[in-house]
Amino acid sequence: MGIGLSAQGVNMNRLPGWDKHSYGYHGDDGHSFCSSGTGQPYGPTFTTGDVIGCCVNLINNTCFYTKNGHSLGIAFTDLPPNLYPTVGLQTPGEVVDANFGQHPFVFDIEDYMREWRTKIQAQIDRFPIGDREGEWQTMIQKMVSSYLVHHGYCATAEAFARSTDQTVLEELASIKNRQRIQRLVLAGRMGEAIETTQQLYPSLLERNPNLLFSLKVRQFIEMVNGTDSEVRCLGGHSPKSQDSYPVSPRSFSSPSMSPSHGMNIHSLATSKGSSTHFSGFESSCSNGVISNKAHQSYCHIKHQSTSLNVPELNNINVSRSQQVNSYTSSDVDMETDHYSNGVAETSSNGFLNGSSKHDHEMEECDTEMEVDSNHLRRQLCGGSQAAIERMIHFGRELQAMSEQLRRECGKNTTNKKMLKDAFSLLAYSDPWSSPVGNQLDPIQREPVCSVLNSAILETHNLPKQPPLALAMGQASQCLGLMARSGIGSCAFATVEDYLH
Amino acid sequence: MKNAVIGNNKQKANLIVLGAVPRLLYLLQQETSSTELRTECAVVLGSLAMGTENNVKSLLDCHIIPALLQGLLSPELKFIEACLRCLRTIFTSPVTPEELLYADATVIPHLMALLSRSRYTQEYICQIFSHCCKLRHWHSCGFKSSPQPLLCANGPDHQTILFNHGAVQNIAHLLSSTSYKVRMQALKCFSVLAFENPQVSMTLVNVLVDGELLPQIFVKMLQRDKPIEMQLTSAKCLTYMCRAGAIRTDDNCIILKTLPTLVRMCNKERLLEERVEGAETLAYLIETDVELQRIASITDHLIAMLSDYFKYPSSVSAITDIKRLDHDLKHAHELRQAAFKLYASLGANDEDIRKKIIETENMMDRIVNGLSESSIKVRLSAVRCLHSLSRSVQQLRTSFQDHAVWKPLMKVLQNAPDEVLVVASSTLCNLLLEFSPSKEPILESGAIELLCSLTQSENLALRVNGIWALMNMAFQAEQKIKADILRGLSTEQLFQLLSDSDVNVLMKTLGLLRNLLSTRPHIDQIMSTHGKQIMQAVTLILEGEHNIEVKEQTLCILANIADGTTAKELIMTNDDILQKIKYYMSHSNAKLQLAAMFCISNLIWNEEEGSQERQDKLRDIGIVDILHKLSQSSDPNLCDKAKTALQQYLA
Repeated sequence: MGIGLSAQGVNMNRLPGWDKHSYGYHGDDGHSFCSSGTGQPYGPTFTTGDVIGCCVNLINNTCFYTKNGHSLGIAFTDLPPNLYPTVGLQTPGEVVDANFGQHPFVFDIEDYMREWRTKIQAQIDRFPIGDREGEWQTMIQKMVSSYLVHHGYCATAEAFARSTDQTVLEELASIKNRQRIQRLVLAGRMGEAIETTQQLYPSLLERNPNLLFSLKVRQFIEMVNGTDSEVRCLGGHSPKSQDSYPVSPRSFSSPSMSPSHGMNIHSLATSKGSSTHFSGFESSCSNGVISNKAHQSYCHIKHQSTSLNVPELNNINVSRSQQVNSYTSSDVDMETDHYSNGVAETSSNGFLNGSSKHDHEMEECDTEMEVDSNHLRRQLCGGSQAAIERMIHFGRELQAMSEQLRRECGKNTTNKKMLKDAFSLLAYSDPWSSPVGNQLDPIQREPVCSVLNSAILETHNLPKQPPLALAMGQASQCLGLMARSGIGSCAFATVEDYLH
Repeated sequence: MKNAVIGNNKQKANLIVLGAVPRLLYLLQQETSSTELRTECAVVLGSLAMGTENNVKSLLDCHIIPALLQGLLSPELKFIEACLRCLRTIFTSPVTPEELLYADATVIPHLMALLSRSRYTQEYICQIFSHCCKLRHWHSCGFKSSPQPLLCANGPDHQTILFNHGAVQNIAHLLSSTSYKVRMQALKCFSVLAFENPQVSMTLVNVLVDGELLPQIFVKMLQRDKPIEMQLTSAKCLTYMCRAGAIRTDDNCIILKTLPTLVRMCNKERLLEERVEGAETLAYLIETDVELQRIASITDHLIAMLSDYFKYPSSVSAITDIKRLDHDLKHAHELRQAAFKLYASLGANDEDIRKKIIETENMMDRIVNGLSESSIKVRLSAVRCLHSLSRSVQQLRTSFQDHAVWKPLMKVLQNAPDEVLVVASSTLCNLLLEFSPSKEPILESGAIELLCSLTQSENLALRVNGIWALMNMAFQAEQKIKADILRGLSTEQLFQLLSDSDVNVLMKTLGLLRNLLSTRPHIDQIMSTHGKQIMQAVTLILEGEHNIEVKEQTLCILANIADGTTAKELIMTNDDILQKIKYYMSHSNAKLQLAAMFCISNLIWNEEEGSQERQDKLRDIGIVDILHKLSQSSDPNLCDKAKTALQQYLA
């Protein structure tokens, strides 16, 4: 009996090892056969009842055998790729059980792999970097610095540059501008982001209609989400008290807080100059707040405030009340946390500086980066009727823009799909938990943000990707290439292992 | 001072010469000194101890150890840690006598108590323990194929002291410490505690740490991604526990984990020290178990791998670099002796493995060279290897002869220290076996004189080997050799050996006598010159309190004497002996009965001159009656023998 490896096309009528591109270990004499009719003394003989293992190491292209769990040492070196496990039988009635790992191996292969994983990692760790007088360190610092600049962490970038004696290539103002736009995008305030971009980089979006289109699609999605600034002003809630705004837990109504809460809404609504848009809806809202000031919870207010008249949104209405229910029943724990926070903070502030505090925070919200969106109460366009109308109108504009784009630049399947996906959100009673709901996830803002950022940087003749990201991409691609070329060590190295 | 001496041996020596040590010790011992001051003193002293061995000697001369041990009683942890660190440095130096740790009986319990204080106390204390519990010559100890273990007197005592103070329980949980250094030192401690100590080993197998048995924890530390030092030390722990009988040799943790780990340590990729330790530990693990020897012999081409041990240094370094040369030479010796030891263990029992070893490139040349190496360690292990291989009849007839190994072996036997002599002489025993072609040249080179002198050694093992070799030499030897042996040994010495307290010596001496007294002319010749003394000795032994084997051997000598032509008369005229033979014919032990019967058969054999008179005489003393009785015996051997004897009477 011979156990070994063969390339494709090797004669299957002969024991492995005898022919070209085949390798074998034979039980009768214990010899190893390396593509040759004459064997070399290799290991012990084997016979009925013995468990013979054959392990090909794709890192160093060697092969060793095991007998009953004991490694017999390397049998072949410089093996070609693409070999198949082969067993050759020559005695009539011989029986072989093959185990490709479906049962535990007698030999501890896991332990063997552990050793190689450690070896590969040590090889990476000790890779010679040819350090000439701090060259390596300088390069690393440059990479870090450019990364910070790229993503607009200007304060950190400045501090880092100062402490490492570097110059930042981009002007500080420029970084801040980009950062401002990025914050807006990440906060879901796409309308403002687009507007700001147009102000600061007048020709950018004109020259990039596809980019503008994708930004607008994102804006539409944010409208559905209730986070875009255009619908937020219509939402009947100040950014402070609005549920989808992450800062809001602070001002969530704990029962004792209701009076101040109600007052805040009034003051905010007027200060925003949006109360007039609300018509009857606004009054019911504020009524709700006031009438419930004693001990009613916030969700009741919500419930009342949603008495919409738009017929086609009836189903939404229904679903909304369902959400409220589900919120009260299942999310209580989470909310309780917010309560305690709220209580703790507001108890000290009290009524006295309530409004002044809000003014302050209002200013803040322009610059504050809020990536998160609150998942507790999700309502279409933040629950405002006017906002929904605005969203639908915007959708029509978007449709028109898409048609125009197609006329001017020809068909674009990416754009088409993008728009279709965005519009699909409206087909569901609860867009967030719909199959296309992941578009609403704040994390989806990041690619948009990054594309916009790169586009801006390109206009400044700066790399559209930071070198750090480039290096990471390069490393990942290399690993992929290694895998395709059959270089086994890539199995024990991933880029993620080095990102902590 | 601290900053001045760090890393500067010259400054350290200067400070010591200037008398800094007593002053520092004074400040360290002053109760009124602040803790900071006392701690700094301990740190400076520790730094001085890090220097040369002479520095450590100077510190020891100033009685630094009692002062530091006293410091351990302080309530201040920082100061305790500094004292322990300094003690650690001193005790790990080869010039420090381990006994100093045990001088005061309260020290060990106090150290055990300090183990809970911090990870530093844990690390230092474990390190102190593992250095102060060492057996002297523990490598040669770890390998005792000779009947006499080379144990030093205080080794086992230290183990017992530490064990009795709860070392196992106190140190076991440190194996799960978050600090690698603590885990490592705890592991080392266990390897030292378990060595050749069944009591400790038996306790260790049952100790639980975090719900896991200690052997399982050791096995985890063998994992191939663990640091080599950790793999090697835990393999040592498991090896020692196995050799001490606490883990079976067929346990998976030995055959699938410990053994392969140790084989891996012999790989060329490992450091020289690791290869040496790996091979030595593996040699110890498999020394007495043929199954482990077989597994090791097929694992990772071990036998071929060991031949790399002889290829160091690969390039001869420039003579100008004396330091490097010295370093290379030392390592070369260490590697070679380790490889010889492992070969010796591998080939101890299995003929196929021996064959494989000898077929390794230049194997016999390497052994022959090893026998004349300057390093005694190498010579000793080369002899061991040769000894192990000499158990093969085939090799004795072929490779041993081709390479004339007897020559360097005889050389080794001249003026060698006892430990070498023991192994070399027992190798000689094998080379003197009758089928060995080396026998003749060995005799010609004056072996008899050498072996006779060995029989007078104080060392029991040497006496056994000496007389054993003579016994082999006398087997079917020619008259001249026998005469030479008798002359060389002298009758007095022969009688001395017959009254040796050791039964082995006695047995081999009787064996020698028996071999001398074979073939009729030789028997008559020897009995004519030494008959009286021999008969006396035989009587003495038959009367004495000896075990069955000894008496059987003695009766066989009588049977041989009875085979002589003239020698027969010495028995026939000795009524006392005849009565004794008669007595043993009816003995309860069948072996003795059979041996006595051989005597009788030889005496009454028909075709020989005077057989009629002897038959009559023996009938008169009642032998025939006994023969009749024995012919009815249920033992087929006895029965046959008795019947044949009776037939002599009928003819």
